[in-house]
This record gives sequence, structure tokens and C-alpha cells, in this order.
Amino acid sequence: MTESQSLWLIPILPLIGAALNGLLGRRLPKMAVSAIAILSVLGSFLWVMKCLSALGNLDTPHAEHYFTWIQSGALEIGVDFMVDRLTRIMLLIVTGVGLLIHIYAVGYMDHEEGFSRFFSYLNLFMFFMLTLVLAKNFLLVFVGWEGVGLASYLLIGFYLKEKFAGDAGKKAFIVNRIGDFGFSLAMFLIVITFGSLDFTKVFEAAAKMPVEAHAGILTAIALLLFVGACGKSAQMPLYVWLPDAMAGPTPVSALIHAATMVTAGVYIVARASVIFDRAPIALDVVSYIGLLTAVVAATIGVTQYDIKKVFAYSTVSQLGFMFMACGAKAYSSGIFHVATHAFFKAVLFLGAGSVIHALHGEQDMRNMGGLRSKIPQTFATLCFAWLAISGVPGFSGALSKDEILIAVHGKSEWMFWVGVVTAGITAFYVSRAMFMTFFGEYRGKAHPHESPLSMTGPLWVLALLSAAGGYLMRDLVHSIGPETASHGDHGSLEFIIVAAGLLGIGLAAFMYLMNRGLSQSVAKALGPVYRLVYDKYRVDEFYDAALVRPIQAGSESVLWKGLDVLLIDGVVNGVGRTASAIGGILRRCQGGHVPSYATWIVLGAALVLIGFQLVGGGR
Amino acid sequence: MNSLFPTSADFIRFAPEIVLTVVGTLLMLLEPLTGDGKGEKPQLRWLAIAGLALAMAAAIFAYGDPGPAFNGMLLVDGFGTFFSVLVIGTGLLTVFCAQDYLIREKQENGEFYALLLFSIAGQCIMATANELIILFIGLEISSISSYILAGFLREDRRSNESALKYFLLGSFATGFLLYGVAWIYGLTGSTNLATIQATLAAGGVNPRLLALSAALMFVGFAFKVSAAPFQVWAPDVYQGAPSPVSAFLSAGPKAAAFAIFLRVFTTAFGSMADRWAPVFWGSALLTMIVGNFAALRQDNIKRMLAYSSIAHAGYVMVAVTSHSTVGTAAAMFYLASYAFVNVGAFAVVSYVAAKGEKHVGIGDFAGLAARQPLAALVMTIFFTSLIGVPLTAGFFGKFYIFKAALDAGMVWLTVLGLLNSAVAAYYYLRVIVVMYTHEPSVAVNELEPASSGLQFGWVAAAAATLALGIFPSALLEFASRAAILR
Amino acid sequence: MPESLAQQYFPLLVQILLAVLVAGGMVAAGLLIGKKVKNRVKEMPYECGMTPTGNARERFSVKFYLVGMLFILFDIEAVFLFPWAVVFRELKLFAWFEMVTFVVLILAGFFYIWKKGALDWTQTETSKAHKPPTALDLMLSDELEVAGRR
Repeated sequence: MTESQSLWLIPILPLIGAALNGLLGRRLPKMAVSAIAILSVLGSFLWVMKCLSALGNLDTPHAEHYFTWIQSGALEIGVDFMVDRLTRIMLLIVTGVGLLIHIYAVGYMDHEEGFSRFFSYLNLFMFFMLTLVLAKNFLLVFVGWEGVGLASYLLIGFYLKEKFAGDAGKKAFIVNRIGDFGFSLAMFLIVITFGSLDFTKVFEAAAKMPVEAHAGILTAIALLLFVGACGKSAQMPLYVWLPDAMAGPTPVSALIHAATMVTAGVYIVARASVIFDRAPIALDVVSYIGLLTAVVAATIGVTQYDIKKVFAYSTVSQLGFMFMACGAKAYSSGIFHVATHAFFKAVLFLGAGSVIHALHGEQDMRNMGGLRSKIPQTFATLCFAWLAISGVPGFSGALSKDEILIAVHGKSEWMFWVGVVTAGITAFYVSRAMFMTFFGEYRGKAHPHESPLSMTGPLWVLALLSAAGGYLMRDLVHSIGPETASHGDHGSLEFIIVAAGLLGIGLAAFMYLMNRGLSQSVAKALGPVYRLVYDKYRVDEFYDAALVRPIQAGSESVLWKGLDVLLIDGVVNGVGRTASAIGGILRRCQGGHVPSYATWIVLGAALVLIGFQLVGGGR
Repeated sequence: MNSLFPTSADFIRFAPEIVLTVVGTLLMLLEPLTGDGKGEKPQLRWLAIAGLALAMAAAIFAYGDPGPAFNGMLLVDGFGTFFSVLVIGTGLLTVFCAQDYLIREKQENGEFYALLLFSIAGQCIMATANELIILFIGLEISSISSYILAGFLREDRRSNESALKYFLLGSFATGFLLYGVAWIYGLTGSTNLATIQATLAAGGVNPRLLALSAALMFVGFAFKVSAAPFQVWAPDVYQGAPSPVSAFLSAGPKAAAFAIFLRVFTTAFGSMADRWAPVFWGSALLTMIVGNFAALRQDNIKRMLAYSSIAHAGYVMVAVTSHSTVGTAAAMFYLASYAFVNVGAFAVVSYVAAKGEKHVGIGDFAGLAARQPLAALVMTIFFTSLIGVPLTAGFFGKFYIFKAALDAGMVWLTVLGLLNSAVAAYYYLRVIVVMYTHEPSVAVNELEPASSGLQFGWVAAAAATLALGIFPSALLEFASRAAILR
Repeated sequence: MPESLAQQYFPLLVQILLAVLVAGGMVAAGLLIGKKVKNRVKEMPYECGMTPTGNARERFSVKFYLVGMLFILFDIEAVFLFPWAVVFRELKLFAWFEMVTFVVLILAGFFYIWKKGALDWTQTETSKAHKPPTALDLMLSDELEVAGRR
């Protein structure tokens, strides 16, 4: 047992920041608010560094027990934090990228209302996210899990105001509840099966169980956890909320909806790898869902014109890649992609934010173009991310993506090919976005201006990480788990993957740089197919018609109108008419709804009597 | 044979009820003698607070020497003390939270506090009753005071309607209960729970008639806890009653009713648990569904909270259904956490509703966070607890309940219950979103700052909610020890 | 000695049958033998020979009922004294304390309603206008009515 590192300081510092800004922020100058927000995250970043250096290479996980949270029968759950090699990566990503995005947000949110409230929520998010990754048991993970959802909800709502209460909010929430429902069921199943929620105990016990060729309890747990992961990490069929969430402020998109929160699903699958390893059926499901999501989201990304929407679908698609890795048991590759994706996707979003900032809120790429010379720094940093996501060798994205696809190749050949094509599409749509935004002639009306240093600074750091981060973190990541296929000789496969990426870029250059208008004719030629993809496969509409409206109609027509209005009022009015002859006070009070209520009670009593007689009588 | 004459131990075990009755009577006597004509009587308010505090101290003191009192008519045990302290605590919170409302409506007078104390005295009797007649008397004391409290604003039509409906339907349902008690007495020759338990366990009682009496008592209890299909009264009553009264009704009497529900069905009817459990199962499920889905469509926040309280009764019914020590402890924990949350939430509602309870639409909460951040913050804490978000009391309440259900092997009820709570989150969140993201409504713009008493009530309720969410073990440990009913 | 339940209650059954027969027989006889004349005067409510003045369903002042209820409350107090008197010798001082408690509570209630003016027949709306209305006034109100839910 290593000595205590006071891990609790890591999440607590942002919480203090959130409390200070939330309670006093209104009366503080903007400088102080930004200082509190940034310093709290900086503090927790430095503390992570200090702890990690003190803990060395973590041959055994370092755990800390603070107090027993609940004790109920044999079940004991403590507030325990833990750092192992998986947590180490997540901590570095969350605090590191989080810090940079906080700095960026100071510049970005400068002109916005509710400055202190925004940073209070952002710090609150950091608290929950750090709790999630540090937790040593499922319950504490769930605390973080729900908390990040709440913080994300508050942050999206911060920007969207009125519209948020409408469809977007509903969707985000309903979808996440389905995910949480899965997660909580999984948790209860774990309690029943293992009698504990502690990672060490559960995984030790699970490791002794055989691999389930047919669906069994481990498969059930794994699948339910994956339902939770699907909700949080925006996988099919629960991905619909993420693109809508992008309507929030850009730093939020970058931090929560690209770099950290949405990867929680990947994290939990990797964390529970012992269980998934023994549930091959669940692993297959994870692979298929991941692949399907990657393909569907990538194709939607090709057709979108809103620059943030493109990157949003790209995030969904990349998350699909991460799950493909997990499905192929290459958990460390999945986490590797979480890390590299955090860097380059943060740049893409922050860069997009910088573009939007420069154009005073314009998000439609058709009104951009030629911005290369107008905002050169933003352009330069975005180029790093562009090449990284496209899988150009030498950038970190290529490293992790290669690993994933090679691992997938080991699992199934056809999935590998579909993955490669998707990687090509990825390169294509990101290049398309770049060309439409930065090349050609400027088509907009606003006067673009470069963003301040507080925004470009973090962009540069992240851009450099998009290039070099993969190389820096490779060994750290691979120390996590089982050896992956990447160490063998896969020259030909790597060549295919790189070629697909370059082909994608080339095709985009051909269509959007050299032959403008070609894209229009292609779209026209594809006709209805193009419309379908452009409308995001009309999944939202399908959900609305198949789920949302029936539930609403059901609760309205059956429970509300049926029970309350029709039955009660109907009966009552009938009673009221017959009773109207009687007159007097009594009629008035009974002309309320009392007789019909009493009828209800009598009917209910009859029901209960019958029930008791059926199950209880005659024995 | 026990002596008929009470001993000092009997009086100590009955002390909370004595204190409440004496202070309640005193309040009633002082009422006509005080008042400055402005509708404010702070001296009576403080007397009520002192009386409640004293009663709570008495209840805790009585637990120092637990045991039966008055020839086994009362039983002071952990379970009883838990609920006594809970209802008295609910009463204290209600006094703080009602203050602004009563002054605003120029209705702060002794009767309110006297009725509140009488009602709580009845609930304390319910909590410790170990005999059906005493139980019934406690229930009636509590109920009759509650009926009048619901109609406290006598010039308000909604309040009158609420009181009359509550009274008529309540008396109707109590009739079922009394009929069931009569049958049980006929079948076993006793009204003492322990004796009934022993007689039933020994067998030889006609099962059909026994099922009949259990069913009749079930109807009476289910009405009081607003479990389906006897929940019809709750929305109308909670909506029409003055908000502080709705707060109290949905917390105190409900907790006490669950206390007798649990005690009777786990002790007296404990030996026939496999026979009543299926009915509880159905009722629990129905209650959750009706409460949650009907709440989805409500625009009036009081009505929404009423349906929500039905839904939460459903969760507690799940715990009762599991018929185990764990389940009973879970129900106790849940009721405690729910009491704080609901009193707090209704207090915020009464604050926003303003004079005459004009603003009770969900839209009236728009922009509360911008104008009255404290009110919005505590409301958010209450609602997240009702949703069951971790770090709030509501989360652990649900967690224990569903764990108890799973331990009892009720997998489907757990799954359906969890699905229900997933649906439920939507209507609570709608209010939070409205409070935080919309432009302030007219109602919110006109709000005066809350009084310090009301603020204390909010903060105390919110602090309790968070404390139970972060450190649940102390209370749960007590509940687990107290939940072993004999 | 009667043994079964049926035997025990047999006399009661006979009693009930007799009561039904006698009462039913009288009504039936009146219907069969009586003369059937229908006119306006015949259909009027019977008021001891006088011409009815106004509707039979006239409202009484709630105060009437209120005093009635209060009377019953205090009347019950006296009823309780009878069984108490029977066991008083056995229970001695304890019984005395019990009855004192009971009477003090009843007196407290009496003091309350007296001070609130519930016994004051002549009190008018104007004379109590300066006082805030209270719960008890709920019962004093003539205008009790229940509104629809919406």
C-alpha cells in the first residue's frame, strides 16, 4: 500500500471553483471569475502531475479509502478513489485538455451574459468528470455519470434558452435516461451477482468465471453497461442528442461533447473489460454498433453545411471507432483513440469556434470560404487537426486509428474493410469542411478578425498535441492492458489505411477545390439517397413518430384525458345533471367530483377484495 | 395481569403526544387573546416551534427506555421513534415554511399551529400504536386536523373544495379500515397486533375471511398513502389546499400512514405475506405508472407535485412489497428523505405563487434563477432529489428500495420501477430548465425577497437532502436496526 | 340453551319479520283500501292544515347547525360521566385525575368557542368584519360552496 496521495483534492478543487463562482461570481469582476475558474483546474492538473510522479509506473493500482458511504447488509460501498494505468490516461486528458479549454473559454465567452454562471457550470462539470474517472466502484462512477449529464444539460441550456425547453432538451434527456436506465440495471445486476460494487472485488470474482458461449449473467451485465455507454457516448440508436447538443457554446462542445464526457462510455467498457472479455456476444454487439455508428454518422457528416454539425457527426463517428476497438478486445487502442481524439477534436471545435467568433456567429459553411489569409493562426492550427483525423502518417490520429483497424482486422475481415472505407469518408468530409471554409473566395458579409491570444494559445498547444500527443502517450496507453496487435508487422494493412485517408482528401480536393459544382451535380444525381442522408436518415422523425408522440398521446389521452377528464368529469357531469333537481348546498359539494371519486374507491376496493381472495383465500 | 394503573414509564413513553396536545391546546386558548389585527402572531409561532422542539426531545428521550406502554397499547421502539421524530421534524419545517404564506394571506393565527400540533400528535400515536383501536384513534386525530387544515383559507373556493373532498372521501375510506378492524377482532378475538400475529401464525383462522379483513384494511391504508387505485383524491386535495398545508399533507400524514401500513402488514399479517404481496405488487406498479404519467401532462405545479407524490408512494409500496427488514429500512429512509424534499419544494411553490396563490403554473417559475437564485438553487436540489440524482437523498432512497426489491426476487417490479423513474425525470427537469433558461416571468419579477424564516426552512430542507445523499449511512444504519418489527 | 349462531339470533329474526309485516301491511292496506283522488290540494305538502308558505326546502342558518353540533359535543361529555361513575369506586384517584383531564380539555374547547363568538347569536357580518376570518368561521359561513376543479 502506497502512502496517501490525497486524490480527493483533484475533483474538489474544481468544485470549490464552481461554488465560489456560483455563489459570489455575480459580484466579482470578470478577471477574478476567470482566475478562479482557471486556477482551480490548473491546481487539479498540477496535483494530478504530482500524484502521478509520486506513484511511479503503477504496477499495482493505487487506491484510497475515505469513508464508508453505505453499509446495508453485506453490501458495503465506500467513497474510494483509485488510480491505475487506465485512470492515469483519463486524468491527464480530462485535466490537461480541460485546462486548455477553460483558458480558451475566457476569451470566447468574453462578450456573453452570465459569465460567472458559465464557469461555475464548467467547473462543476470538471468535478463530476474527475469523480467519474477516479471512482473505485460503480456507484461512485454513477455519481459522476449522472453529474456530468446534469452539467452538460445546464451548459447546453445556458445558450439555447427558449428553444432548449423544446425538442432538443427533451431528446437529450430522454436518450440519456435510457442510457442511465441501462447503467443502473447493470449496477443492480452486479450487486446481485457479486454482492459488491467495488471494482477490485467485482473484477476478481468475474475473472474466475468462465467465458460465456451463450448469453448468461455476464453477457447481461455487459450489454446493460453498453446501453449506458451508448447513451452517454452517442452510439446507435441513442446518438441523436449529440448533434443537437452542439448548439451549446463552442468550448462546451469541445470539452464535454468531444473530448471528455462522451468518452465516458468507452471508459466504462474498458474499465469493465474483464466482464466484456467473458461475454463474446456482448463484444460482438459492441463491434457491430460501433461500426454501424461510424458509417452512419460519417455519411451524414458528408452532407452537412453547418460547420459544427459536421464535427458533431464526426465525433459520433469517431466514438464508433473507439467502440469497434473495444469490441475487438483492443481496449487500450480504444483509449488511445480517446486520447488522440481529445486533442484533435478539441482543436477542430475550438478552431470552428474561432471561425464562428471571427464571423460574428456565422456557422453555415456556404457563407465562408477563403478565410485562410484572414485568420491564419486558426487555419494553421486546424490543419494539424485535419491531418490528424484524416490519418496522415506523422500525426497522432493515424497512430490510434491504425491500431484500431488492425485490431478489427484480427476480429473480422469485412469489418476491417468497412472501417477503412469509413476512414476514407472521414478524411473526405473533414477536408470538405476545410476547403469550403478556408479556400476559394470569401462568400460572407461579416468582417473576419483573428481571435485573441487566450483563444489561439490553447489552440496551438492542442494542435501540437494533435501531432505529437500520440507519440508521447503511446507507451502510457499501452501499459494499460493486454498486448495489442499493433506490435506485429502490419505494413500492408497500414498502407491500405493511410491510402484510404489520402484518397479521401484527394477526392475532396478534386470536388471542392478544382471542380466546384461537381458536388452539386453528384448530390443531384444521387437524388433521394442524398436527401435521406442530408436529413440524417430521418431518425429524429422516426423516433418522434414511433416513441415520443405515442407516449405523449398515451399519457394525455389515456391517463390525463381518459382518467381525469373523461371518466371523472364525464361521470360527474352525468351525476350533476340528475342531481341538479335536488338543489341546496349538498348538491353543490357533491356536484364536484366526489361521487365519482367514491365510485372509484368502491371499484378499487372490489378489485383489492377480489385480488386478496384470488391469491389469499381458500388455502 | 398487568395493573390497570399507568406507571411513570408509561407517561414517559407517551410524553411526545402529551407535550403536543398540551401546547396545541395552549395555542388554541391563546389564539382569541392575542393578535394585533394585522394577521401576524409571532409569539404563537414561536410557541409552536418550542412545543415541537420539546416534543422531539421527549420522543428521543423516550427512546432511551424503549418498551410497551399502557398495557401494550403503545410500543415505543426504534421504528416508532423514527417516525415520531420524522413527523415532528416535518412539522417544524412546515412552521418555518408556512410563515411567509400565513402572513401574506393575513391568516397567521393560533388555529393553524394548534391544528398542526394536533395532527402531529395523532401521527405520533400512529407511529407507536401497537393496537388497532389506538391506531385508528391516532389516524382519526391526524386526519380530522388535516381536513380542517386543507380548508384553512375559508374564503378561498379551492381550499374549501379541497377540504370537503378530503373529508368526504377520507371518512369513506376510513370506514373500510374500521370494518377490517372489526373483522379481525371477530376472527382473532384481539386488537393487539402481537396477539393477532400469534393467533394467525398458529393457524385455524378461516383464510377467506382473513383475506377479506386484510383487504378491507388495505383499502383504508392505501387511501391514506394515496396508493392506486385509491389515489384519486390526492391531486384535487393537494392542488386546492394552501401550499404549506399540501407540503405537510404529502410528508407527515403520509409517512405516519406508511408506518402503520408497514407495522400492521409485517407484524399482524406477517405470516400471510405470500398472500398479500401480489396485491401490493400490483398496487405499487399501478401507483408508479399513474403518478408519473399523469404528472407528465400537468401545467399546474401543485397538481404536478401531487401526482409526483403519488408516484413516490408507489416506490415506497415497492419497498413494502418486498416484505423484508431491508425493505422496511428502505421505506423508512425513503420517507424521511421524501419528507424534507417535499416540504421544501412546496415551500418554494408557495413563495412563487404569491398572494392568493395566483402563480402556480410551471411557466410562472421562468427565470427564477436570475431573480431569486437561492430559491431556484434549493428547488433544483429538491427536484434532483425527486429525480434520484446521486449525491441527493432521493438517489439513495431509490437505490435501497430497488435493492430490497431485487433481494426479494422481484426483478420485473424493479425493472418497471426504474423505467418509471426514468420517465419521471422529465417533468421535474422541465421546471429546472424553465427556472434557469427562460426570461423571468411576471410572477418572478414581482417577487419580494423571502423572509429569513422561510429561507431557513429552505436551507434546512436542502441541507438535509444533501446530507442524506452524501452521508446516508448513519440514518440507514438506524433504520436497519429499527426495521426489525416484532 | 341455544347453541348455534342461528339459534341465538332466531328471536331477532322473528322480531324483524314481524316489524316488516306490520309496517308493510299497513302501507299496503292503505294503498288497497284507500280512495284515490288526485288534485292540487291533495298533492301539497302536509302542514297541519295550514296553507304552506314558501318552499319546503328552505335553508337554515348554518349557525343553527353549529350550535346543534356544539350542544352534542358537550352533551357527550355528560354521557361519558355515566360509565365513569360506575367504575369510580374501583379506580379511585386515578379515575378522578382522568376525568379532570377530560373536563379541562372540554372546558378549553368551551373557552375557545366562547371567545371566538360562536355562541353569539346576534353577531353580524359587520361586527366581526375587523377580525381576520379563521378556521372556525368556515363552519359559520352561509356561503359554503365548492368550485369545479378548473
